[in-house]
Amino acid sequence: MASKKQGLSSIGRKAIMALTGFFLMFFLLQHLSINMISIVDGDLFNEVSHFMGTNPLVQFVLQPVLIFSVIFHFAWGMYLEYQNNQAREVKYAMYKGSANASWMSRNMIVSGLAVLAFLALHFYDFWIPEINVKYVQGDMSGMLPGADEFRYYEELVHKFAGQPIRVALYVISFVMLSLHLLHGFQSAFQSVGYNSTKYTPLIKKLGNIFAIAVPAGFVLVALVHFFNH
Amino acid sequence: MNLTLKIWRQKSANDKGKMVDYKVAGISEHMSFLEMMDVLNEQLINSGEEPVSFDHDCREGICGSCSMFINGEAHGPVKGTTTCQLHMRSFNDGDTIYIEPFRAKAFPVIKDLVVNRSSFDRIQHSGGFISVNTSGNTQDANATPIPKHDADLAMDAAACIGCGACVATCKNSSAMLFVGAKVSQYALLPQGQVEAKERAQNMVAQMDAEGFGNCTNTGACEVECPKGISLSNIARMNREFLSGAIK
Ligand code: HEM
Ligand code: SF4
Ligand code: FES
Repeated sequence: MASKKQGLSSIGRKAIMALTGFFLMFFLLQHLSINMISIVDGDLFNEVSHFMGTNPLVQFVLQPVLIFSVIFHFAWGMYLEYQNNQAREVKYAMYKGSANASWMSRNMIVSGLAVLAFLALHFYDFWIPEINVKYVQGDMSGMLPGADEFRYYEELVHKFAGQPIRVALYVISFVMLSLHLLHGFQSAFQSVGYNSTKYTPLIKKLGNIFAIAVPAGFVLVALVHFFNH
Repeated sequence: MNLTLKIWRQKSANDKGKMVDYKVAGISEHMSFLEMMDVLNEQLINSGEEPVSFDHDCREGICGSCSMFINGEAHGPVKGTTTCQLHMRSFNDGDTIYIEPFRAKAFPVIKDLVVNRSSFDRIQHSGGFISVNTSGNTQDANATPIPKHDADLAMDAAACIGCGACVATCKNSSAMLFVGAKVSQYALLPQGQVEAKERAQNMVAQMDAEGFGNCTNTGACEVECPKGISLSNIARMNREFLSGAIK
């Protein structure tokens, strides 16, 4: 039968939001594990960071997927928001959104944009210096003789120690991420078509745990370095 | 009770429309919301004004025509009811009540509170038919065994009355709950399998073409649906659609 489809369908678009969301959540978990090491052992943190910064699999497979996911996720998130806004031209004089849906679910664009603003700061803090070392100074290994072997750990500590404003921004951003995931985690399962009377309640519980524990972990790392140095 | 009503008045599809204030007095708490509207309209007719147009038919919660967005919620504050099943005891003397049409680009206003929901009909038409033998020697219905569980789920999905409350209430004006129910009622039954793939593809394509928004799984539709249609129907449609798209 001839299809009337033009471009990607609404469900296809949603599935991409969910798949990129899944990948970003996986990335968060991996990122957090490494950050946690920095509390326990500075040397080990340097080694692991160095591995992540130079391993070809990470650099040329995971990193491009990550960049694609981030860009796609927020660009489509904004586009979907625009389309959804267009789907109701005349707005209600009285609309009780809170009567039937959570704040988190209604404000994914707000929490998402806050996380995006944080990403900009994060790039400025860590990614641009890293690119500088690798591509401007030409130190692809990230560890030429004479380069500071402890730079990852020092960079990290330097960003938080004695920097209350940055730490505060960091905390606010992770609260926003938490709000994003409180809806997003379980929503992504529904988007790809998974809803079961048996496991969906469990997914919702796991989602709440993930959405609180993971951002709390990042905040913990920042606070430890803030107060310890 | 005495009430202040803020009602959307729009002469025709092309008119700009605006909210207009009305006062009604002596409303009994036993009246249904539509009976209260009848009182207002009698008052308007007696004073030579144009009565407020609104859709209604069965007045017993089965036809789905009584679309009204009352105080910020589809069909008003009571869950699991249509406007005709809403009673004035849910309001208090002296209340101000906002009454607006169901709003979505795909539900254009015809007049006052009456909207055109034929986009729903076009979605259903695009779903097409199911293959059953109707040549005269029709099979006994019980000859095709259907698990009770599936039959119940299909029946639950088929309970959708096409009222459009899901669209009206959704912050994205998404029609996913309605279309999810219509896809599910066939997807769950053996009779619906032959055209299952095309059905999901075509209904979703038509839904998109009508200009409904994208679902963000807020779940507002499920809460406001007078027939308690479950979000699991949307997940089933997503499954049907996505697995069909890669087949
Ligand atoms: C680490 C960062 C992020 C993670 C882990 C994440 C995760 C998620 C997840 C799991 C969903 C649910 C997907 C679904 O319902 O199918 C989602 C939805 C959404 N995200 Fe993000 N996200 C992140 C960053 C962002 C950013 C930077 C934006 C920028 C605007 C954004 C905007 C949105 C929007 C608007 C939605 C709702 C869209 C929809 O449900 O269709 N997100 N996100
Ligand atoms: S799913 Fe519920 S709210 Fe939507 S049209 Fe059907 S009965 Fe009405
Ligand atoms: S008038 Fe038929 S459902 Fe309300």
